[in-house]
Amino acid sequence: MASSAEADLRTRIQDWLPKIVLAPSFAVTLLFVYGFILFTVFLSFTGSKMLPNYTLVGWENYRKLWALENWHIAIVNIGIFASLYIVICTVLGLFLAIFLDQKIRGEGVLRPIYLYPMALSFIVTGTAWKWFLDPGIGLEHVMHLWGWESFSFTWIKDNNMAIYTIVIAAVWQTSGFVMAMFLAGLRGIDNEILKAAQIDGASSFQLYRRIVIPMLRPAFLSSFVILSHLAIKSYDLVIALTGGGPGRATEMPATFMYSYTFTRNQMGIGAASAVIMLMTIAAIMVPYLYAELKEKH
Amino acid sequence: MSAVSQDTAVNTGRIARTFIYLLLLLFALFYLLPLYVMVVNSLKPLAEVTGGNMMALPQTWTLEAWKSAWSTAQIGVSPTGLEPYFLNSILMVVPAVVISTVIGALNGYVLTKWRFRFDTIVFGLMLFSCFIPFQIVLIPMAMVLGKLGLAGTVPGLVLVHVVYGIGFTTLYYRNYYATFPTELVRAAQIDGAGFFRIFWRILLPISGPITVVSVIWQFTNIWNDFLFGVSFGGTSQPMTAALNNLVQSSTGVKEYNVHFAGAIIAALPTLFVYIVAGRYFVRGLMAGSVKG
Repeated sequence: MASSAEADLRTRIQDWLPKIVLAPSFAVTLLFVYGFILFTVFLSFTGSKMLPNYTLVGWENYRKLWALENWHIAIVNIGIFASLYIVICTVLGLFLAIFLDQKIRGEGVLRPIYLYPMALSFIVTGTAWKWFLDPGIGLEHVMHLWGWESFSFTWIKDNNMAIYTIVIAAVWQTSGFVMAMFLAGLRGIDNEILKAAQIDGASSFQLYRRIVIPMLRPAFLSSFVILSHLAIKSYDLVIALTGGGPGRATEMPATFMYSYTFTRNQMGIGAASAVIMLMTIAAIMVPYLYAELKEKH
Repeated sequence: MSAVSQDTAVNTGRIARTFIYLLLLLFALFYLLPLYVMVVNSLKPLAEVTGGNMMALPQTWTLEAWKSAWSTAQIGVSPTGLEPYFLNSILMVVPAVVISTVIGALNGYVLTKWRFRFDTIVFGLMLFSCFIPFQIVLIPMAMVLGKLGLAGTVPGLVLVHVVYGIGFTTLYYRNYYATFPTELVRAAQIDGAGFFRIFWRILLPISGPITVVSVIWQFTNIWNDFLFGVSFGGTSQPMTAALNNLVQSSTGVKEYNVHFAGAIIAALPTLFVYIVAGRYFVRGLMAGSVKG
């Protein structure tokens, strides 16, 4: 009897083991992700200033947030930045991948050159471009030394143009990675399909437009998801490249949230801005993830 | 004819090909230019950077800027150079990568081979956590780290990176193990093999490619992280926060050559990883995340 009870216990432990192994991760996710999200949502309805404070103030923080000039600048900037960044990276990545897929000699050398910026942190990228774009020692100065005296490139110091320098640096960093994703997609397409189309008299242009590009749909989707995810997190690059300046010209929601929460002692407003960032990301990610998960069942 | 199957089926004319080569080379220049500028100017004395041409090779080659960036440059209030912060980053990144990868592998194994009710919901919740903007957790995380006595310490940063890293590692291993035939696991079960034995003997030996992806992904993400480092690093700040301090310091003369040397030092570990294993990374990433 004893041995069968023992065996029974052992089977039961074996049955429970998978759940026991997964449980800590799930508990940590529930607490550190969803618990924390709820707490931040709660804070956004409180009068927290420098420290958390649990008196409820209703929608007050959201009302204040949307009345702030800085927040409007941040919203406009993220709109400009995210759309340009996503579109340029996708177009550039797609074309580089298609060109690199034409039996190019030296592809093995070119690919890592396109890809390596992805290995760098946004802080390193920001540092490099900050000085390269600096009119005093960077590109403008070089052009003057080379004899093009009238050359002027002062975007990084210009309130209206500084946001585009962030686009340049971000595209530089990520477009090669997008290229690699499209290239992998292109390599996965069956050549027989392309040959058949060619025999039917399709031109190269038609071939790509009608057959190849539609078949790259998964790569488009993945790169869109990764790029929009990176865009809304854009904190590091702004800090390193422009510090949010000149003035507040390159303020983004990520920098706004940080400065209101930790340096301006407006934690309630900071929390409200974080909630809006999360909502924006959720609006993009949830349908995508839902479709991904549903497809597999 | 044997080579034909590998070629793309598209034929391009001579002019088009020349155009394509030119364009590809132009973009190679675009990607290399900032690196070239950083390397070249880190090897010049400061006077040559400020007074000379950024594109020119050094007239006097010197490693002074590198030495200064590593051991004597002013970081925040003390002239320690980047060395102690580099060590902080190493102490943070190694345990964080190992722990999150091991947990991810086990989670992936459970979620694909030991299905149970609600497993899709569990996975869905973990998956969404990969994509949250971390601003949403900054305030409570700061409070919890303070309560645990881990604020401003390397173990605190390890905890943060493990917590927000397991979503991705679980995703990678789950998608990878999903393609592995479950019948083999069932057969081993019938032969009396237990949970860990099956993992150790059957799943682990085939996990090489996805482990490369998981380790590279975690390594670059954690090494390059700035937001958590600057928020929770305190006196144990990682390399990215220190580099930013160095570059943004408003006191004294701007030592561009030292900034460039520091930036390269900060980038070396991840660059090394990409150059050695970048190929496997992209290949594995595509297999893991796109086809799923």
